Amino acid sequence: MAQRNVNHAGQVSPAELHSEDHGHPDMEEMRKFGFWIYLMTDIIIFGTLFATYIVLKGNTNGGPGPADLFQIGGIIVSTFILLISSYTSGLAVLAMHKGNRQALMRWLGVTALLGAAFIAMEVNEFIHLVGEGATLSTSAFLSAFYTLVGTHGLHVLVGLVWMIAIIIQLGKHGITPVTKRKVHIISLFWHFLDVVWIFVFTIVYLMGVS
Amino acid sequence: MAQHETAHEESHGSLKTYSIGFLCSIVLTIIPIAIVLGGWFDGMVSKVVLMGAAALQFIVQLIFFMHLREEQKPRYNLMALILGIVILLIIVVGSMWIMLYNMVAV
Repeated sequence: MAQRNVNHAGQVSPAELHSEDHGHPDMEEMRKFGFWIYLMTDIIIFGTLFATYIVLKGNTNGGPGPADLFQIGGIIVSTFILLISSYTSGLAVLAMHKGNRQALMRWLGVTALLGAAFIAMEVNEFIHLVGEGATLSTSAFLSAFYTLVGTHGLHVLVGLVWMIAIIIQLGKHGITPVTKRKVHIISLFWHFLDVVWIFVFTIVYLMGVS
Repeated sequence: MAQHETAHEESHGSLKTYSIGFLCSIVLTIIPIAIVLGGWFDGMVSKVVLMGAAALQFIVQLIFFMHLREEQKPRYNLMALILGIVILLIIVVGSMWIMLYNMVAV
């Protein structure tokens, strides 16, 4: 019996020992997993919007089509802005693991600024499109386009507000298990939005102008 | 023990893995842009290459930025992701098949 206990103790994995240092890591891990499940449902939302866009792409109702409307130059710039912001949000997580709160807040701030620049460019693009007479109700193609791109933009906007809130919390409470989990989650969200944008960029814009 | 420590550090990624991921995504973004602006391929070939680049970029971000590979067993994150992607493909490919390639509807 004693032998078994020793054996059992000997089998405690380093990971388990590590998790005991942190208080309630399992709960925070569960919350992170819960957010991951949310991201999977978001994949389905974007999937339906992509499917709708692909199906309705050709129905321009005599109005302007993708090749007439899109100005690929600005879109390429905003793609790189989002790509860089995905990298800076990763740098924020790295700074957090080094325990460097200043660097963490700075990188999150840079990410938020890049996100704001992305939103500004998107709003600018939409205003330009509406100016060209391409509104939400012009054709099925444009309805699907604004819904898909607008939903992504809305996600970025929510992420932006959320990121600013986390920067404020970090300023107040510092790096705690709770703020750590929040930074992890927002960076997951940000990478996810970058991935969605890559598909928007490829399917809507690149295939639209080619 | 030292090996375990480095393995643990690795599980949050390092500047190196993030930078490799970033460089890969930059390259995988520039290639499709060059293809489209340069008009290298046309029609179906172009579409397949563009989607391939986007899918690769998705995998790069999953591995280098979201650290999917470093998950401990049981790999619930990966399982949830596979379920999500299966539903995604059914919705997208199914819609395209029915709405674009169905001769009865045309």
